Amino acid sequence: MKSTLAISAIIFTVGIVTLPVVFSDNSFEWQQGERDEHGVANVSHPLYKEECGSCHMAYPPALLSTASWTAVMRGLDDHFGDNAELDAQTHKTISEFLTGNSADNSNYRRSRKFMQGIDANSPPLRISETPYFKRKHDEIPQSMLSNNSEVSSFSQCNSCHQGAQKGIFDDDNVKIPGYGRWDD
Amino acid sequence: MKQMIFAALLATAVTGLAHADSAALLQQYAQQGASTPSAQRGQAMWQQTFAASGEFSERSCASCHTSDLARAGKHVKTGKSIEPMSPRVNPARLSDNRKVEKWLLRNCKWTLGRECSVQEKADFLAYIKTAEMI
Repeated sequence: MKSTLAISAIIFTVGIVTLPVVFSDNSFEWQQGERDEHGVANVSHPLYKEECGSCHMAYPPALLSTASWTAVMRGLDDHFGDNAELDAQTHKTISEFLTGNSADNSNYRRSRKFMQGIDANSPPLRISETPYFKRKHDEIPQSMLSNNSEVSSFSQCNSCHQGAQKGIFDDDNVKIPGYGRWDD
Repeated sequence: MKQMIFAALLATAVTGLAHADSAALLQQYAQQGASTPSAQRGQAMWQQTFAASGEFSERSCASCHTSDLARAGKHVKTGKSIEPMSPRVNPARLSDNRKVEKWLLRNCKWTLGRECSVQEKADFLAYIKTAEMI
């Protein structure tokens, strides 16, 4: 009887101890993978914001692959026609931030979609050149984009995606200047 | 009233900081061979257009910053708003020499197609500084 009690106590104790571990492990996966159907990881870095965000939105690193970021960072002296060169230390810090948080290093569902059809040997240099981006924006007419002085191009995600800076890109948060909410 | 005095003191302190910092940078340019900086030359060069190949074949500082330093500009390519250059309306300007040097390097290369000389940098700095007085 005593031994039965002791065994029960052990089982109970082990259960109590392991339950939160199992549970937190699940919730970890849930957070990393499934929570964010609509967004990508919301990460920021003061140096990245300062150096890159002066000229354009500091794009969430989770929108491009490691191969893409590496290629972008390799050509900063001719960055889409602009000079964006950095000193060696800053270059290293920002490169590590971008590749460490890139789409292939993220478990968010939307990041995985951004990886679809990416050829690591010739990675796209622009987010707007990724197959997933193109597919999601193929219904946007020029009148809302290049002929819209408040938008001009795809380069400022946050012109239309109100939550872009926080990694939120779902349709519900889209408002096109001069046109209003976007109904897919 | 107290608040106003405080704000005035703060503004003076911040502007003073920008002055002190950019003065040190001007001194550095002088040591590197620049003669007395000229705000007029800086202004003239700010307005000047430079021919470039590729996109935006006519480039000038004003392409992005406009010719009024007290006004906000707009990145000619991305459309992102750029805060005014004048330290009078934007006290953060000229308060960090590393930043000043970084942008002079990047933007001279894009606009002029080459690095600026120390004289040109000194003139630009003098011009941006005097914009405070306008």
